[in-house]
Amino acid sequence: MMIPEALALSALLFTIGVVGVLTRRNAIIIFMCVELMLNAVNLSFVAFSRLYGMTGQVFVVFVMTVAAAEAAVGLAIIIAIFRHRQSVDLSNINLLKG
Amino acid sequence: MPDFFYRLHFYLFGLIAIASALAFVTRKSPVAAALWLVNTMFSLAALYVMMDAHFIGAIQVLVYAGAIMVVFLFVVMLLNLGHPDELSDLRGKWGRLAGGLLGLALLAQVMAMARTQAPASLVQNDFARAHELRDLNAVSAVAKPLFNEHLLAFELTSLVLLVAIVGAVVLGKRRASA
Repeated sequence: MMIPEALALSALLFTIGVVGVLTRRNAIIIFMCVELMLNAVNLSFVAFSRLYGMTGQVFVVFVMTVAAAEAAVGLAIIIAIFRHRQSVDLSNINLLKG
Repeated sequence: MPDFFYRLHFYLFGLIAIASALAFVTRKSPVAAALWLVNTMFSLAALYVMMDAHFIGAIQVLVYAGAIMVVFLFVVMLLNLGHPDELSDLRGKWGRLAGGLLGLALLAQVMAMARTQAPASLVQNDFARAHELRDLNAVSAVAKPLFNEHLLAFELTSLVLLVAIVGAVVLGKRRASA
């Protein structure tokens, strides 16, 4: 039923998202990497729902809702930061640096 | 045993997803990155449909590729990012090396986790699943557990969305004094 393949694909996409978060500095691209990680988790939820019943797909709906809420709030924060600093580069946002 | 064409399309869409994700992470322009991410999401939607999750595939296209990515592109446009002079947002050599190594370690861990066997008592047999999908249609197969067992969680998501809307408006509002 191609479940191991789907899980491997999900792991690979999640890792690509993590590497993106670690290597980029543009806040918007980092947000999109988080979305990619959420998508990878959704893929493994759907793959598991073929084994364990429909609850996996219900969880995908919840994950999508939280992703939409997170995108709205996160992008509002990015806009607020941009108003202060005229930049979304995370290396400029170092107020907490000791 | 899935037949040959099923396998072929599964690998094809998987390859498209991985290639677009790699292109997404390496593009410098935020607009190009967002469009590659949309490509990844479309091929994931195709994979969902192939794995009998038709409703999830539909809302993947509508919500993720349609709504969320449009919001991202809208913000990129609003902030007027994407000029060629400010594009070098990749970290330096050591940062990229550390990121790649951490990614490889994480990949090894997650792959090892994905190879473990699930307890057989939890597995719903193939016949019951096909029966469930045929009796209910693709939408009500998702809707029945959503509105019965998970009704409280479903109502709570409305609260999450409300808080997110209020938070986004408060954060995005231009203060009169500033």
